[in-house]
Amino acid sequence: MGSSWDWEVFLRDPGGADPTYWQWMLSCWGWTVSVSLLALILALVVGTGIGILRTLQDRPMLVRLGTIWVEAFRNVPLLVQIFLWYHVVPAIFPAMKSFSSFVLVVLALGFFTSARIAEQVRSGIQTLPRGQRYAGMAMGFTTPQYYRYVLLPMAFRIIIPPLTSEAMNIFKNSSVAFAVSVTELTWFAIQVGEETSRPIEIYFGVTALYVISAFAINRIMAVIEKRTRIPGLVAASGGGH
Amino acid sequence: MKKHLLTLAAILAVSTGAMAQSNDTLAKIKSSGSITQGVRESSGALAYTLGNGVYTGFHYEVCANIIKDLRRQLGLSTLEIKYQPVTSANRIPLVKNGTVDLECGSTTNDASRQKEVAFANTLYVEEVRIAVKANSPIKSIADLNGKTVATTTGTTSVQLIRQNKRGKNLDFKEVTGKDHADSFLLLESGRADAFVMDGQILAGNISKSKAPKDFKILDDVLSVEPIGIMIRKDDPAFKKAVDDSIAAQVKSGEIAKLYDKWFLKPIPPTNTAVGLPLSPATKAAWANLNDKPKEEYPQQ
Repeated sequence: MGSSWDWEVFLRDPGGADPTYWQWMLSCWGWTVSVSLLALILALVVGTGIGILRTLQDRPMLVRLGTIWVEAFRNVPLLVQIFLWYHVVPAIFPAMKSFSSFVLVVLALGFFTSARIAEQVRSGIQTLPRGQRYAGMAMGFTTPQYYRYVLLPMAFRIIIPPLTSEAMNIFKNSSVAFAVSVTELTWFAIQVGEETSRPIEIYFGVTALYVISAFAINRIMAVIEKRTRIPGLVAASGGGH
Repeated sequence: MKKHLLTLAAILAVSTGAMAQSNDTLAKIKSSGSITQGVRESSGALAYTLGNGVYTGFHYEVCANIIKDLRRQLGLSTLEIKYQPVTSANRIPLVKNGTVDLECGSTTNDASRQKEVAFANTLYVEEVRIAVKANSPIKSIADLNGKTVATTTGTTSVQLIRQNKRGKNLDFKEVTGKDHADSFLLLESGRADAFVMDGQILAGNISKSKAPKDFKILDDVLSVEPIGIMIRKDDPAFKKAVDDSIAAQVKSGEIAKLYDKWFLKPIPPTNTAVGLPLSPATKAAWANLNDKPKEEYPQQ
């Protein structure tokens, strides 16, 4: 069955800047990892902010703003959002015409994921007993203080498992970047599969790199989950997947 | 899940070419009373779909004529034609394993493919060219230096401009659209200064654009590629039957008529004309029928 595999395809010369296809594949992997990590950072920062906004009592305008953000970004398909950022937004704001497609993809993927993370942060905060908030207030903390010292440290521990999924998803979702000419792994698979007429071998290589990337994030998050666990408080069960 | 497993099994079976095939297509057509034609969804005027399982295009019609001649040659009163849509990725495995008898799409005849399959005599020679805005200062490939060049992911044009970059010491930025319409949008919206692609695809996209007069195709030819009808390897009787039909169609003027119909006159579904006059290379291929691979054509 293995007789017709041709793994040497990875050693051929693509005729460009990289001497072989496997080196080129690694550089494409670099684009996938860069897009994913930058979008993840953006998504965590923005998602945390929006998630907090949605739980502020007595500030209905800010809650509404957070709701609009979440609904706007999670109701539009990711691929459509990518095209909106690439073709439509620069037509409205000419200053953005000079942005590279890499930056636009990071924005699109980061904001899309921020809406999902915001919901997790919100649910994490709302899972906590109401008494925690009131205890913070009773201590004389200001709103930023009781979020910082009471609510968020607990909420983040609770939501680590779904955050892990989100962080892994961002690697897989980064594959849409191929549509706006970021030369990441999916682009590589489509392009080189055609060039070499060995699409199956190429897809095997690309799949392995996606699995390695997403699984690395999974392991890092598992370590974080274990390190931050407070015995007897939350998430006492093992696992971490 | 089961469906996925089946698909995977099918891919593996196809990729390994595990199914042994006897190489007598004519006998197979005669005994089964059917022939399977490989068709493409979107290969410009060469082969495309009108939707609802209806396929058409230049190569599609050439094949329809070939099949008519095969039926006559085999003395069959009826011959059922099955249509199998193929993609760039699966067309060669499907021809090799016997699923497709006659692939009538837009496959470049090159030396590496000739090791796996055979090609009928070439009826269409594609020229890879450069489209720019009509008012662009770009006059030739050398003017691309420092510019942004668009092409389509999954095409050999990407490879070609990459090699040109290395070979000619040109320094330009590449952007890739996910399909031809996207790449053309890059040129139209000014994100790219030029679009490098098969001549008929460039001409087709320009003719369908909002303002066809705003674009032009440069005279430079980056690469010449014979596009052929693909058949199984090592089946000389079948190849002869197909080539005989092609020769007869060239002689009767049928091919010239079909070229006119698909490349110069308005075609469905939008009823715009591709507007690509017969190139000297295609004319030469008709005058001197052959199945030479791309490597034997003079390249720029």
